[in-house]
Amino acid sequence: MEMLVSLVPLFPLLGFLIVALNVRRLSHGVTAFIACGAVLVSFVLSVVLFTHLLGMPADQRALGVTLFDWIKAGNFTTSISFLVDPLSSLFLLIITGVGFLIHVYSIGYMHDDAGFNRFFSYLNLFVFFMLLLVMGANYLLMFVGWEGVGLCSYLLIGFWFKNQAYNNAANKAFIMNRIGDLGMLLGVILIFVHFGSIQYAEVFPKAEGIGTGTLTLITMLLFVGAMGKSAQLPLYTWLPDAMAGPTPVSALIHAATMVTAGIYMIARNNLLYALSPATLEVVMVVGLATAIFAATIAVKQNDIKKVLAYSTVSQLGLMFLALGLGSFTSGIFHMATHAFFKALLFLGAGSVIHALGGEQDIRQMGGLKKYLPATYFTFLVGVLAISGIPPFAGFFSKDEILVAAFAHNRIVWALALAASLLTVFYMFRMFFLTFFGKERASHDVMHHIHESPKSITLPLIVLALLSLAGGFMGVPEVLGGSHWLASYLAPVFASSAALAGEHHHMSHTLEYALMAAVVGLTLMVILYAYMRYVKGNRVPAADTQVDGVQKVLANKYYVDEIYHAIVVKPLYWISATFDAIVERLGVDKIVNLIGGSVVPASRGARLLQSGSIGYYIFVMVVSIVLILAMGIIR
Amino acid sequence: MFITIFLLFFPLLVALLLFAFKPAQAKMLALVASIIELAVSLYLVVIFPRTDAVQFVVDVPWVRAFGLHFAVGMDGISLLLVLLTTLLVPFIILSSFSRTIEKASTFYGLILVMQMALIGVFCALDGLLFYLFWEIALIPIYFICLIWGGEDRGRITFKFFVYTLAGSLFMLVALVYLYFQTPGTHTFAMQALYEAGRALPLYEQSLIFWAMFVAFAIKMPVFPFHTWQPDTYTVAPTQGTMLLSGIMLKMGIYGVIRWLLPLVPAGVAAWGFTAVVLSVIGIIYASCIAIVQKDFKRLIAYSSVAHVGLISAGAFTLSTIGVQGAMIQMLSHGIVVFALFYIIDIISQRTKTRTLSELGGIRNVAPVLTTVFVVVMLGSVALPFTSGFVGEFLLINSVFQYHGVLGVIAGLTIILGAVYMLRTFQQSMSGETNAVTARFADLTTQEKLVLYPMVLLILVIGIYPAPLLEISEPAVASLLKIYSNLSASVK
Repeated sequence: MEMLVSLVPLFPLLGFLIVALNVRRLSHGVTAFIACGAVLVSFVLSVVLFTHLLGMPADQRALGVTLFDWIKAGNFTTSISFLVDPLSSLFLLIITGVGFLIHVYSIGYMHDDAGFNRFFSYLNLFVFFMLLLVMGANYLLMFVGWEGVGLCSYLLIGFWFKNQAYNNAANKAFIMNRIGDLGMLLGVILIFVHFGSIQYAEVFPKAEGIGTGTLTLITMLLFVGAMGKSAQLPLYTWLPDAMAGPTPVSALIHAATMVTAGIYMIARNNLLYALSPATLEVVMVVGLATAIFAATIAVKQNDIKKVLAYSTVSQLGLMFLALGLGSFTSGIFHMATHAFFKALLFLGAGSVIHALGGEQDIRQMGGLKKYLPATYFTFLVGVLAISGIPPFAGFFSKDEILVAAFAHNRIVWALALAASLLTVFYMFRMFFLTFFGKERASHDVMHHIHESPKSITLPLIVLALLSLAGGFMGVPEVLGGSHWLASYLAPVFASSAALAGEHHHMSHTLEYALMAAVVGLTLMVILYAYMRYVKGNRVPAADTQVDGVQKVLANKYYVDEIYHAIVVKPLYWISATFDAIVERLGVDKIVNLIGGSVVPASRGARLLQSGSIGYYIFVMVVSIVLILAMGIIR
Repeated sequence: MFITIFLLFFPLLVALLLFAFKPAQAKMLALVASIIELAVSLYLVVIFPRTDAVQFVVDVPWVRAFGLHFAVGMDGISLLLVLLTTLLVPFIILSSFSRTIEKASTFYGLILVMQMALIGVFCALDGLLFYLFWEIALIPIYFICLIWGGEDRGRITFKFFVYTLAGSLFMLVALVYLYFQTPGTHTFAMQALYEAGRALPLYEQSLIFWAMFVAFAIKMPVFPFHTWQPDTYTVAPTQGTMLLSGIMLKMGIYGVIRWLLPLVPAGVAAWGFTAVVLSVIGIIYASCIAIVQKDFKRLIAYSSVAHVGLISAGAFTLSTIGVQGAMIQMLSHGIVVFALFYIIDIISQRTKTRTLSELGGIRNVAPVLTTVFVVVMLGSVALPFTSGFVGEFLLINSVFQYHGVLGVIAGLTIILGAVYMLRTFQQSMSGETNAVTARFADLTTQEKLVLYPMVLLILVIGIYPAPLLEISEPAVASLLKIYSNLSASVK
């Protein structure tokens, strides 16, 4: 069984190598077969591992394998070693499962693209690094995956490299992630310094013996990494720009998997975080603030992918909120359901864009439901799921987060509720504007409109089924379930759960009431959106016609402009100053001065500055020859 | 042992022979000779016992009058740098094959003389011998830059020469001073100089420290001793730049590790922090300047200052992690910077420009070059599983442990490095083609022969660096023992 563990990442790696090394030789069909096949094999292996884990006693569910020593210097050692436990096995299923569906979808979506083979090689490479990230048995291997997925994200955002705006977006994503990664790297080093190891199995047992201050610093540094990778305030601005990449990339990397790496990281380190309450508090606040902040921006976006991008930022915020509340299971639960419905929504949006020949502005859509029935129907499932309508997947996971928030603090609950109602509004706004109402696309576009091919609609249908049924892995007690997911993940969170101690239990009546209130409010918001955009036929105004708060929202609070003014510009100013003034006029002159003033050298230097190097070399050679000669003569 | 002598003097012998051959034959002969050198050093790596002892020692008295010995040998630290030298030289020679070089016999002869001097520097076990090789190395590179260099080469190579020579005079003074501190009839033998240096009072150790440090800092170069470097790298012919950046600057770091850290421990303990601070300033300073460079070659020259700053900072942390990081990063930097300068050469040969804003869109027409460039760039920005990451991780690790704030500042290199490298890649390779790049031809077989091995090495060292780290680990550990003893005695 241990052998199977290392095979899981091996296949996507092989797929990448085969396609990448033959990128100009392979036909599209062969490439698609290899790339999809590689991920499918990994998925099958993941299922086998999953069932194997289920067959083991709950507290022993972990498979470890060490391949070889990687970096060793002084007292630092790290190895290439993998760990599959309930937490990573869940991620394996999602990465390879959803990954496979998106690979299949890409066959249709990228059909006409000249870079077809290159695209699939990047996609396979991404899956490989993502698997390393969640399977690594130590922090540095997680970091390898962490930066590796960042590389693939960079390559895929800038996939259409002729467009310099896309390249800018790719650079921005890479650099912003690197800011986070530095925090993470320092966190890992600090773990090594204080624990003497970076292997999970050796770190966690020692955690309770380490001071809170140290742990807070470590967990904060790691969280900086999560802010970058999972697009949280203040490092989120790369994600909306990342929509420059092909839509399957947005679905796989920038919604379902890579951006949830931060969630995985904190869940993996739940014990360290549970031991540093201050960091948990920060995680909670950042998550909540991001959830609301991004949701308000999403309300005023008119690019179908941008809406989904801000929605992703916002939903990730909700997951961090859950983690920050110490409710690790709900964070992971929402990650899983979100992977289903957000991948579905992105792929659905891709299908729409595909059908409209590249149009992404929802003001230029409308009335598409009769032209794109399969897309429409599956998209509806996704919208219902993200809105939290029972029994769709999002209902269960979001409800759990809200319950946890309510138990913690009413204000947190109210704000989280506000974020989720905003979500309902902007999702239905986008949904209605796209599929209902007048057909606003140009005649030419409507003429060419067509439902997408099977390779696109089939993944949509599978994801729709998952978005419908996915919530049942975590039906709460109050609804007569036993929350399978919670018990499955329990061994991973056992040590931190023990710390949390007494779980304050809410009465069932209260839980029912909350649930009913949330669902009621959600329905009201949907009705409002319906009145506004379907009955009222409202269409968002052109960009030039908005003002006041609306303009601020439409311009995303001008955060990009602010960053440009306070980070980018000063950096270039400093650099230019160093270059033009300090370097040319300062350092050189000063060094020469110092050089001239040091006594032992000045004699030689003065001689040298006569300007005749040839003379000096001559003297040098003669001296060397003389020394040689003396040696021979003795 | 014969083998060290062979490694040292075989290139010199061939260099002299070259003058008897026609240019076309001369370059083949030079290539074959350098491949033989590589084979020999690979053989040494295989048979090298993984201990801290100096191997393959030759020690014959030379000039009795001043106790000069011809003493050479290799421990793991030397061996890795000899390996780097012998690895890069054949590729440097091969990289010149696509262009016609005037006075080819002289050109290749000088490269081989350079190789001899570099190996001599890395193998010398005698202070004066080290100094001799150190200075000899300057002669061929000076002529390579002067004869085959670009615009304004006279003034710039002059500055380079004076600058580095002035630096090494400090070193000579220090070595001679130590020589007179050795007992009896005086000697330049390394161990004797070590003992003499360690016995000195702090004040004198500090003076020796600065004399040696300035020589090494200029060679690397470390801020603020770097101002000769960007001009020289830019004006030198490609092969000269490769020699300078790929191998020669490692003389400075090697000097720190071999001839400074063990020589005056009290001086290092007193001034090491200053050295780390200067190095860390250099990282940020040079990275920032790289961000606004318009000339591709000059940009990489500054990036080299930044990378070397981190290596130097790591070495001065006096930790095994730091010095081991420096060792592996010297190899990685050599490979990466060699490949980068070759890519620049390829691009500027074809487009007749090195100005980034005039390039663009090469990706459309040269996919193979693009792939190679991406991997090399990733090595440069230290992405995990490339050689650059192993070194930078260990180095940042050591600096962060040495001093938290300095560690964070040094760590900024991974962000700033990405800023200037991605921008460079975008400007030169991405976008639409223009008049200059529209008919850009992809890599030729000869160019692939040079670049593919580099790509492979970047990945292999990144994924499995253990065999290389093992070579130098015992020597580094024993070299740093003096410091654990020092801190123990303080306690």
